[in-house]
Amino acid sequence: MTDTLVDIGLSHDLAVLIAKLVGVFVVATCGLLWTLFGIWLERKVSGRLQDRLGPNRVGPFGLFQTLADTIKILLKEDLVPDGADRWLFNLAPVLSTFSVLLLWVVIPFSAGWIGTDLSIGVLYLLAAGSLGMVATLMAGWGSNNKYALLGAFRAVAQLISYEVPMVLAMLVPVLMTGSMSLQAIVEGQYIAYGLAIPLTVFIFLASSLAEIGRAPFDLLEAESELVAGFHIEYSGMKFGLFYVAEFLHAFTVGVLATVLFLGGWRIPFVSAQDTPALLGFGSLLIKSLLVYLVIMWVRTTLPRVRIDQILEFNWKFLVPLSLANLLVVALLWKIVPDTDQIASVNDALLPTLVLLTANILLIVVTSLILRERGRRERAHIAALYGPVDGAADAAPAGVGD
Amino acid sequence: MLSDYVPIAALLILSVVMSFIILFMSRLFGPYRPTARKLAPYESGMQPYGQAMRRIPVKFYRVAVLFILFDIEVIFFLPWAVIFRDLGVYGLVVMGVFFFVLTAGFVYEWKVGGLEWD
Repeated sequence: MTDTLVDIGLSHDLAVLIAKLVGVFVVATCGLLWTLFGIWLERKVSGRLQDRLGPNRVGPFGLFQTLADTIKILLKEDLVPDGADRWLFNLAPVLSTFSVLLLWVVIPFSAGWIGTDLSIGVLYLLAAGSLGMVATLMAGWGSNNKYALLGAFRAVAQLISYEVPMVLAMLVPVLMTGSMSLQAIVEGQYIAYGLAIPLTVFIFLASSLAEIGRAPFDLLEAESELVAGFHIEYSGMKFGLFYVAEFLHAFTVGVLATVLFLGGWRIPFVSAQDTPALLGFGSLLIKSLLVYLVIMWVRTTLPRVRIDQILEFNWKFLVPLSLANLLVVALLWKIVPDTDQIASVNDALLPTLVLLTANILLIVVTSLILRERGRRERAHIAALYGPVDGAADAAPAGVGD
Repeated sequence: MLSDYVPIAALLILSVVMSFIILFMSRLFGPYRPTARKLAPYESGMQPYGQAMRRIPVKFYRVAVLFILFDIEVIFFLPWAVIFRDLGVYGLVVMGVFFFVLTAGFVYEWKVGGLEWD
């Protein structure tokens, strides 16, 4: 596109600028339009997973359901509750949406298809992603509602806690590539990093699930306790913006997992230079949708956990595990020779195998520790309340009913 | 170099403008007939009482402090990870010491009971 503009007679700098601006416009518009389809997809898939039909009335297969919902939500009354902090209350949904849209600017959609290839891409992702947290707190504090405030406290406690293992997981591909640029990370994956470091993928996905506030970590909007959490007072399109932000964030996590661990837009066994741009984009889309399917699957399968369990899972399990994981990968990456000169699948084979073995060992050790802890926990409970398994009638009266 | 950030600025402006348009469309098309009941904070149908903006339980602060500690340390890891391969064994040893201090503090916090919620 830059070349065409130069041909018309524009200076090179101006042409680059215009091309970039158009690219940004396309990214933002496609992002928002994608939600129309994505929300339908999500509802349909979770419907099927929960043995329901999902939307099936508006249009073929219910495809226009989201469109109908958008129109409905536009026609709703837009109220600001008494005593609300108007500025915070009105800005929160805007901030929430653009904090997610901002992430899309550094995501490499294909070779050359990237808003801007920042040399500090991963750091930028963290910074921009954290803005959503501020939006949550603004919404909760500004609403003048006790449920909203409680939801916001919980949300912030949870989001900031899970940021630590998420960053530690994102560090691993940075360390393996030697660059924070996302395009470089994609190009460096001659063999997808996910095959070498499955444990890191698990840590990233688990902490990201908490970051986007989805089941089993959807405490910030636990409807049985907090009605709706931080967005309880929002009506009309302001609620719609929160909804869009939540959906887009969940999908973005799928894209990020793909970019960082599953080779991004690269097609297996095809070198980065030979990948046609359009096919690369298709490859990214398919992989991201697969990751997103896993996220939906987890959401519809697992029950919600308690706030103390959430924080305990993070600080006592994920953080130590991700620290150990980072240390192991760093050590091995130093020990295995020529890890800084990987330029083909064959070069990547040895490090991948070594890391995979180490990962499997780490997983086994972790499972053994968890098993031991579980045993002690059960023994502890049994000492307090009598045996746990298959001996309900042996429990003392008053316990367990 | 700085021109790398032009698309980000553009997207920032664009998404803010788009969000505000979407918000005002709601005002434009929706009805607006507020009453005192409608505007009252929602408390499951009860009469709302007192201020909602009240003091925060201290355990949330504890989590926040713990997070700041870890986040700063993690941010130190990032540039190290980028030039990790050029630093050689020296980089690994130095980071190992840093890592040890971090872990020691973490273990202390754990043993003292700083990670318990209740």
